[in-house]
Amino acid sequence: MRERVVLDLSDVTSHASGSASPTWWGTLAFMLIEGTGFALAIVIYLYLMSLAPKWPIATPVPSLTAGTLMTIVLVASLAPNMLVTGWAKKQDLPKVRFGLVVMSLLGIVPLIIRVFEFPAVHVSWDRNAYGSIVWLMLGLHTPHILTDLIETLVLTCLMFTRHADNARRYGDVADNAMYWNFVVATWLPIYACIYWVPRL
Amino acid sequence: MADGAPRKDLRDTALDSAELDRHLTSIWHTRGGLWAAVSTVDHKIIGRRYIITAFVFLFMGGVLSLLMRLQLSQPEARFIGPDRYNQIFTMHGTNMMFLFAVPVMEAMAVYLVPLMVGTRNIAFPRLNAFSYWMFLAGGILLWVAFAIDTGPDVGWFAYVPLAGPQYGTGKRADIWAQMITFTEISALCVAVELVVTIFKQRAPGMSLDRIPLFVWSMLVTSFLVILAMPAIMIASSSLILDRLVGTHFFNPAEGGDVLLWQHLFWFFGHPEVYIIFLPAVGMASTIVATFTGRPVFGYLAMVMALISTGVLAFGLWVHHMFVAGLPRLGESFFTASSMAIAVPAGLQIFCWLATLWMGRPVFKTPLLFVVGFIITFVVGGMTGVMVASVPFDTQVHDTYFVVAHFHYVLIGGAVFPLLGAIYYWFPKITGRMMSETLGRWVFALIFAGFHLTFFPMHILGLAGMPRRVYTYQPELPWSGLNMMVSLSALVLASGFLLFAIDIFRSARNGPAAGSNPWGAATLEWATASPPRCYNFRRMPVVYSGEPLWTEDELQVASGLRVDRRELLVTAVVAATPQARESSVPHSIWPLWAAVATSIVLIWSIFTPWAVVWGSIPVAVALTGWFWPKGAPEEES
Amino acid sequence: MGLFAVCLSGCNGTQSALDVHGASAIHLKHLMLLVIWVCALVWLTVMVVLAYALLRKRRVAAEVNAGADNRATVIVSAAVGATALIIAGLTVASFYTTRLIDGDGDAAMTIAVKGEQWWWRVTYMRDGTPDFETANEIHIPVGRTVLLQLESADVVHSFWVPSLAGKQDLVPGRTNTLALRAETPGVYRGQCAEFCGIQHSHMAMSVIADDAVSFERWLADQSAESLKPAEPEATAGQAVFLGKPCAACHRVRGTPSAGTTGPDLTHVGSRDTIGAGLMERTRGSLAAWIADPQTIKPGNNMPMVPLTSDELRAVSAYMESLK
Repeated sequence: MRERVVLDLSDVTSHASGSASPTWWGTLAFMLIEGTGFALAIVIYLYLMSLAPKWPIATPVPSLTAGTLMTIVLVASLAPNMLVTGWAKKQDLPKVRFGLVVMSLLGIVPLIIRVFEFPAVHVSWDRNAYGSIVWLMLGLHTPHILTDLIETLVLTCLMFTRHADNARRYGDVADNAMYWNFVVATWLPIYACIYWVPRL
Repeated sequence: MADGAPRKDLRDTALDSAELDRHLTSIWHTRGGLWAAVSTVDHKIIGRRYIITAFVFLFMGGVLSLLMRLQLSQPEARFIGPDRYNQIFTMHGTNMMFLFAVPVMEAMAVYLVPLMVGTRNIAFPRLNAFSYWMFLAGGILLWVAFAIDTGPDVGWFAYVPLAGPQYGTGKRADIWAQMITFTEISALCVAVELVVTIFKQRAPGMSLDRIPLFVWSMLVTSFLVILAMPAIMIASSSLILDRLVGTHFFNPAEGGDVLLWQHLFWFFGHPEVYIIFLPAVGMASTIVATFTGRPVFGYLAMVMALISTGVLAFGLWVHHMFVAGLPRLGESFFTASSMAIAVPAGLQIFCWLATLWMGRPVFKTPLLFVVGFIITFVVGGMTGVMVASVPFDTQVHDTYFVVAHFHYVLIGGAVFPLLGAIYYWFPKITGRMMSETLGRWVFALIFAGFHLTFFPMHILGLAGMPRRVYTYQPELPWSGLNMMVSLSALVLASGFLLFAIDIFRSARNGPAAGSNPWGAATLEWATASPPRCYNFRRMPVVYSGEPLWTEDELQVASGLRVDRRELLVTAVVAATPQARESSVPHSIWPLWAAVATSIVLIWSIFTPWAVVWGSIPVAVALTGWFWPKGAPEEES
Repeated sequence: MGLFAVCLSGCNGTQSALDVHGASAIHLKHLMLLVIWVCALVWLTVMVVLAYALLRKRRVAAEVNAGADNRATVIVSAAVGATALIIAGLTVASFYTTRLIDGDGDAAMTIAVKGEQWWWRVTYMRDGTPDFETANEIHIPVGRTVLLQLESADVVHSFWVPSLAGKQDLVPGRTNTLALRAETPGVYRGQCAEFCGIQHSHMAMSVIADDAVSFERWLADQSAESLKPAEPEATAGQAVFLGKPCAACHRVRGTPSAGTTGPDLTHVGSRDTIGAGLMERTRGSLAAWIADPQTIKPGNNMPMVPLTSDELRAVSAYMESLK
């Protein structure tokens, strides 16, 4: 088929960020997938609760300390996270490097707290269905913290190499920070479900 | 890049066709040899591979169905014992649903969607490669298990407690559950790629109201995949946890619930059938338009019908549980919603009828299959209305009536359009035409064989024959019909055999096709047959939904680089250009990541520690995947 | 014609949703016929329009003009409207049928049915407490509503006697109910309708509707303890039954046996079939079953107990005598 040039794209930028970036949309899509998974876990919790004569089953309610500490730490980590996002958008390499190191450390702290949350629910996964669903919810969230931490660590290393000063890298940093927001956001309803719903 | 600064890259603007082809080929093409074959990220190569693999699984599943029909041809037959039979019918359903029906639709989209929206590759090309390997691995896992007598034997929906730790002995159900994880990962990845390709990589001017209906159907399908598959992932993981580490999700003695499994499974399972059906609807629309010489009537209505079908699909799942003992009021809601989905389905049928009425039908093989689809799918839709009614369903649930219903909607509603689509797009994919003569015979044998095989099953169900039985008593009046069904299945099988013969012969020496043998309207027909590795020499620009019908020449845009892989990112709604985005080159890392992930998944059938230790190679593979290797595409 | 005859042959029979003798099944058949007719008419209409659309004579070029599209819009909209109306009508008919079935009178008696792999444990209640237990064969009085309480001992099963009523699942951890009322006396066959494992295909049962007098007599006979064996062969058989592992799983009331894993055999000689509807109950089939249950119903939960041919003859005589 014959062709006729009707448009000149020479001056179109070579990498756009935010919603003009495919990886931004890809990150959003994965958030939708994982978010649906979390929502289903909460639905399973509520469903099993509706069937049980007494809830939690044969167990006291979870102790609040570890979970609440986790919530505080995660919410607090949003502040440096937003700063990193802003620096990445401005392509400020020194600040981004610093911010990523901070976020790497901030990613380790919740993992340590998470270790204390499992015993705080006072029931093991194989005791009854309550134990099973509570461990499932904690167990679904933990890998998200872990994978985001590993991604942050990899990105931190990357930003100290020659590949660093590049629009795509800054886009990756911003997408990673967006995913951390998601990790924190999904924790909140799970926290409410595990720690507060049985107290209602 | 500041304006006026000297460019250090090479653009397509000043190049003539031959030079352009040379440059683009050198940066986009996949070399020969094994390494190149397993590290390619070309959506066309991967798509073709995917389609072929899915059809291989179709034929393997078809052999299983012939074995079932052999055993059921006579009462108390002794061809196949109960244990093997239970594996066979489980394998048949599992294979057809997870290894054929969904993957083949995804595969067609992987091949066609980037071409139809006017871009050079699918979004996230390495993820695309990864998803194929995961699909293949899951299929191999399932079939090897079956070959060594460890195939799942609990039905394709694996109800607990039968599939649970107490009654599901051995590793059969675990293999089923983990195979699900493989195929769901694969489908989810493709769904994400398709959404991003369709949203962000369309040709300039291809606003949302100019997208081909097949692309719309794949967009809606992809959202269904994204929202429905987490349910089966959670369900199958919970089942493995119950079986492997002693959780009690489905154990009523410790606060779990048997029906929880059914809710989770069917919350996925009902959208699953629309994941299979909606792409077929898109294929039917494409074929109807091309072979009537006019666009499908009622574009907006068709899009609304697709979207409302997708939304409604999530509100029907309890109709699979009408006899489980749920509260009457709740069940009645699901009767209403299950009936309601007939309305958008009917709307689509009426729009196709209007298109056929007002157009000039050309009776080539693709259109024959679409006509067959309409005839057959409407029967299935009618029996769907029947089973949507709670009281009606109490008599036909779990009988051969339901077996008839779902084969009518799945074979009639999805396989017929798929076969038509193969006849339609085979020339584009291979550069050769299939045989019109053989095509008519294939259609006739499959159409006749299908109805002769499956229509009597409605009667068998009403006459009291339950499903999933490996035999039946001679004193029941089912022998005659069962023998008839079994013999008719041979007719159906012969149609598929002839189809396979046509494929092989045409691929070797079918007549040359040219770029647009059907005179179709959409962008894929503006490329060579088969398309060059870079799809389009210059990015197409469109001004209508039928670009090849409304313009004599292909409008294109210039200014993209030819010294690196580059395509265009455009805005979601109006498709205005936003960026010249690089597209990643070949990589072996998706294969390594798939191998590492497969090891974790298979190992975790046997021990939970696999998730801990196995995640280390996965992390290594993913890091290798993302770590830049200095290619020009990685910097912007 | 042959096809038609073959099809029709499926319409009669003791296990057919179209050969109905129960109050529920009758309502269901009416609904089914209504829906089938309406749907068949709709399908035919669509086919006629399709045929016309494909085959009608038309002018040279395809019609793509505003007039044709406007006309089509009106017609398609009307068709969609008609679809919605028909769907609404069928939904109402469905709800109405549900109301009819639910309103079919209070239950005269309650029978507990427990699904086991791969047979039906039937417990008749008297004043709310279990009276006696039998297996796979349920007698009910004609013309009176009987409530079945459905539970499962292991996996999900489904109780389905199509000539009398729709099916209902037996779900572990739940108690479901199903109301049966036979309008005419007869033997109605049913089968498990939810895949439950290796011998799902051979998990049948029968519901036998007796007139009032026969039913009371049957109830009294079943409720009584087992008959003492009269013949010497049957007496020897009782000794075999009590001495061998049989009594560990099976119970015959009136003897020391107390096994509850397998079906209660107190009146097995009065049942029409054995093996959950697998074989007609004769002395010969009893012997064949006891000799090797695994060949007859492979994978079922009754092990083979080695017996000499004398023992086999004796114990089958004893079983046959338990009327």
